[in-house]
Amino acid sequence: MILTKDQQAILDGSKGETMAKVMKTLVMYGKAFDAEKMVEVTSEHNHLVTSFGLGVIDPVYQLMDKLIEADAISQQTFSVDPRPVDKNVPANFIQRLVFNKFMYNKQDFYEAQLQKLGLMDKDAFTCTCYMDQVGNKPNKGEVLSWSESSAVVYANSVLGARCNRNSGIMDLMGSIVGYVPYFGLLTDEGRKAKWIIKVETTKKPEAQLLGSAIGMKVMEDVPYVIGLDKWLGSELTEQACTYLKDFGAATASNGAVGLYHIDNLTPEAKELGRKLILEGAKEYVIDDKELQRIYDSYPIMWKKLDAKPKLCFMGCPHMSLQQLKDWTDKVEKALKEYGNSKVVVPTVFTAAPAVIKEFKKTEHYGRFEKTGIILSYICPLMYMNNPTCGKMPVITSSNKLRTYTNARYYTDDEILVQITKGGK
Amino acid sequence: MRQFKGRVITPGTVTAEAVVTRAGFNTLASLQKSLQFGDDTAKVTDQNNPDLYGKPIAGKALCLPQTIGSTTGGLVLYCACAMKRNPACMLFANAIDSLACAGAVLAEVWIDDVTMPVVDQLGDEFLNYVKDGMTITIKEDGIVEVEG
Repeated sequence: MILTKDQQAILDGSKGETMAKVMKTLVMYGKAFDAEKMVEVTSEHNHLVTSFGLGVIDPVYQLMDKLIEADAISQQTFSVDPRPVDKNVPANFIQRLVFNKFMYNKQDFYEAQLQKLGLMDKDAFTCTCYMDQVGNKPNKGEVLSWSESSAVVYANSVLGARCNRNSGIMDLMGSIVGYVPYFGLLTDEGRKAKWIIKVETTKKPEAQLLGSAIGMKVMEDVPYVIGLDKWLGSELTEQACTYLKDFGAATASNGAVGLYHIDNLTPEAKELGRKLILEGAKEYVIDDKELQRIYDSYPIMWKKLDAKPKLCFMGCPHMSLQQLKDWTDKVEKALKEYGNSKVVVPTVFTAAPAVIKEFKKTEHYGRFEKTGIILSYICPLMYMNNPTCGKMPVITSSNKLRTYTNARYYTDDEILVQITKGGK
Repeated sequence: MRQFKGRVITPGTVTAEAVVTRAGFNTLASLQKSLQFGDDTAKVTDQNNPDLYGKPIAGKALCLPQTIGSTTGGLVLYCACAMKRNPACMLFANAIDSLACAGAVLAEVWIDDVTMPVVDQLGDEFLNYVKDGMTITIKEDGIVEVEG
């Protein structure tokens, strides 16, 4: 790898031993991908995945301390993934004890570290930092050092920014030196598609199911999706962006997709069209039957398959303002239809603190409160990662949450019936 | 005994028993519970991976195509190394992915007393040949010997 004079000096220790180790980390990382050079991080803000003060990941906090002590702090301010705990979310005495005393007992300590390292705002905790209300929305072509798989795939695909699927800690390293190795999704060649996905469903496919199918098939390759514009249109409207947020999160968690192109819709597909498809690209046709096959393939991890759901989580990744409004309308209508005044399964919707703040200003919020649904900034995944929740029959339409926890997946329509009418 | 040649990501030599996954290794889903709840054997908890589900991987030679899933993956691997619950080595059939690479590099640079050799680009033939319980030896220069 060819380094500039400044980069080489940092590697040689001109800014101290710790900064040299940060640069060494990035150089070794880049060399594994045959990166020829390091390029400047050009986005205004960074985004980090590690938001949780989990007592047992002490090695991370020790590393953060080393960085802080050496004044090796981020050159950009950053947002970070959602907080793991919220007292408004239903939990019994034992669960609260587990959360606060055993699992997330380092939360305050870690948040203090984040403040020192460059947190952009005390409430900048969300996986959907790119929402207008949050204010960490990179521009097309900007180079990022982000992590959080759902945010990276959104930034690359919908916003046209350039970012590799960086890991936690590596995200911060790039931000500290201000450079990232130039490889993969930063390059024009790395953004070309190795798969053509043909969507041939008879109705609009469920975002999280379609994303799951594609992720499991293409793994980390770039897919070029044909036929989805029929259902989403050819403009990145708020509805289309919300769909792509959920779709992308499923491609990234059920596989390792960092970038997708949607024919006639996403920025690079609109600009370059099918020139983005590499010669010899493989093909995968998705019809109703294939989506049903994927749905039926999910293992159900509940102890009793016919258990009554005790909790429903929606919002992994965090819901958009539009989603909160749309779901308020849908839930209100369904409750009326089934003769109920409040949801019949304890239900939590999650969104970014800034989105919640805006939602509370809308006329929908008063109606939302009447449905009995709890609104939280929490990370459902972090909430469920403990032995007491592992036994709970939790339902969700998030394929990411299904992948990492024992939550059972249902489509949005099925969730709506379950929480407003009851059922299985 | 068969010999395969790959590319060294992090150096080292080791002999260990193989555990094999043909599906992508979801690092967070696989290791989160062992890290959180003190399982020194690092039993895999990824419900979507029938090849590995319930099997311990600490101290084993983990043979895999690549890692998948959350971008906490590298951090989780780094923590597994710091807590000595890491595989003895990782052997990738494909080119290494960015998350696994981050974990391996972070461990190599920032942890003084841990060695986890990582070799990638061993090819599909390697993954087709290797089975659970076989003995893996990593030599210098990315040579991997498989016996059993």
